Amino acid sequence: MAKTAVVRKRKKWTTEEKAFHAVVYLIYGLFTFICVYPFYYLMICTISDTQMVEMGKIILFPQGIHFKNYMEIFKVQNLGHSAMISVIRTLLGTTASLLATSYMAYFFTKENMWCRKFWYRLVVVTMYFSAGMIPIYLNNKMLGLINTFWIYIIPGMVSVYNMILVKTSIESMPAELEESALLDGAGYLTRFIRIVLPLQKPILATVALFAAVGHWNDFFTTKLYITDSQLYTLQFLLYELLNQVQAAAQQIQYETSAMAQATSSITPTGIRLTLTAVVTIPIMVVYPFVQKFYVKGIMIGAVKG
Amino acid sequence: MKKKVVDAKSRQRRWNDFKLFLYVLPVVALVILFSYVPLWGWSFAFFQYKPGRSLMNSQFVGLDNFEALFGNVVMRKNLIRVLKNTFGIHLLGYLFTPLPMMFAILLSEVKTPKFRKVVQSLTTLPNFISWVILFSLATSLFGSNGLINTVFKSLGHDSQVVTFLTSDDHVWLTQVILQQWKSLGWSSIIYFAAIAGLDQQLFEAAMVDGAGRWKRIWYITIPQLIPTYFVLLIMSIGNFLNTGVDQYLAFGNALNKKYIEVLDLYVYNLGVGSGQISFSVAVGIMKSLVAFVLFFLANTISKKIRGTSVF
Repeated sequence: MAKTAVVRKRKKWTTEEKAFHAVVYLIYGLFTFICVYPFYYLMICTISDTQMVEMGKIILFPQGIHFKNYMEIFKVQNLGHSAMISVIRTLLGTTASLLATSYMAYFFTKENMWCRKFWYRLVVVTMYFSAGMIPIYLNNKMLGLINTFWIYIIPGMVSVYNMILVKTSIESMPAELEESALLDGAGYLTRFIRIVLPLQKPILATVALFAAVGHWNDFFTTKLYITDSQLYTLQFLLYELLNQVQAAAQQIQYETSAMAQATSSITPTGIRLTLTAVVTIPIMVVYPFVQKFYVKGIMIGAVKG
Repeated sequence: MKKKVVDAKSRQRRWNDFKLFLYVLPVVALVILFSYVPLWGWSFAFFQYKPGRSLMNSQFVGLDNFEALFGNVVMRKNLIRVLKNTFGIHLLGYLFTPLPMMFAILLSEVKTPKFRKVVQSLTTLPNFISWVILFSLATSLFGSNGLINTVFKSLGHDSQVVTFLTSDDHVWLTQVILQQWKSLGWSSIIYFAAIAGLDQQLFEAAMVDGAGRWKRIWYITIPQLIPTYFVLLIMSIGNFLNTGVDQYLAFGNALNKKYIEVLDLYVYNLGVGSGQISFSVAVGIMKSLVAFVLFFLANTISKKIRGTSVF
């Protein structure tokens, strides 16, 4: 209906124009479908009858709807605890990273800082130069961060890319805003907290999104540094589970896998799908709220990066 | 008298400049601690290090490890294979780099803002999903017990139709396509921003002159987006060797290892998997140095073309 209304309003549309739009709608509609369908499929599988899922009968609509999977999934060993670790890590890590990153960005906008260029370059180069995985591992080991929660938070606190985004954004702010506070005798920290941070909300929201997604999605840090199962994150649990399922599939011994024994009433496929959904849902819930910010954030600094 | 006042003032200013540095020092120290201090680990490449022993008790071998990387037949073969994979996946990926620009240009031509918005937000979503989740989704759809194979089986196909997850056919291509699926919507945002910033008068003038849609795109939009495209391309060269490991760890298995093992994953497998710390660090050092040279080149080219650079 809406489409025809638009077409009627613009009577000037030629057949060529109509054909063009039809083709473009088709292409983008198809690609959007390809982007969304896997998530949709995942969701309908988790609430559908598991046997029908395994027979390939669930394609477009859920059938035999039940929520047993979601109730059973938390019986999987360690899952509740891992969820807590993931949430705490994401909240704490994002806050710490946001503060450290914007703090650094603010001071690097001060052009009269002693040797500013040198320090700034020293920091920016780390985007392109890395000592390498093993030396960094050995260094973290020396610092006593292995098998501790802090490995999630401290090494990644300063994100150089995000710092550049925030810095560019602060630089585009009128200098008068800060100067007026300077006349009132406010120091750097007061100006940073009272004036700069409140005015930089769009870019800070963007950076917070990047940091939060990075924390939530990371499984490699756990794989590399953590052997204590009390510190596992959800992503790592999913990664382990996928490996197990793969190994199990190769031996065709589904029933004997440890995960299956822990929860008798859902199948390994059910566990895998539901765990994937549990890990995906938070992103899909938060995403629409931050979406309006990041386009702005990207516009400010992406080319600059 | 006067001179003293000036002195005091400049000293005051200098102290202020230094104070600014003191403010930033804690966070700069963090960067140094986690990005520069690890360089001491490079020394492992010059010893015959065995896990469990200390570096002091290990034998100093100079450049032997580096020589072995090229001299030892097995080592050399592995290194070449891994480099081939890294280059293959990257070069294939470069073929797709004009895609985000085209995606943005065509979508900007659509006259209904609502459609544009919906497409934009839904196609950006995959960018925020981890590779582990992506692997799980791919397993559900393309795995041996996944949707597609099951449906075809019920239609009477005996052999599996889609096998790319568990075979070594077209590993590079499928990995690149997965990357595209994940990042296309996201990468196009920057072009949307650039298109929104174009001077509308140019288009109006062209319309008055009777230029059609394709002419306008070809002669106005594309030439103005090309600089952005090249800058992004050049900067991506700086990251040529830094593929990360997430994707390849998630999708890698015994069956496709031969083609999916990229340099970063090789360093990981060598160091953590088989405990050959010294070799792993040696490979890592060479990677870091080459990557830095690439970045430097990219930066210089960017400076020449654009006038600005990261530095």
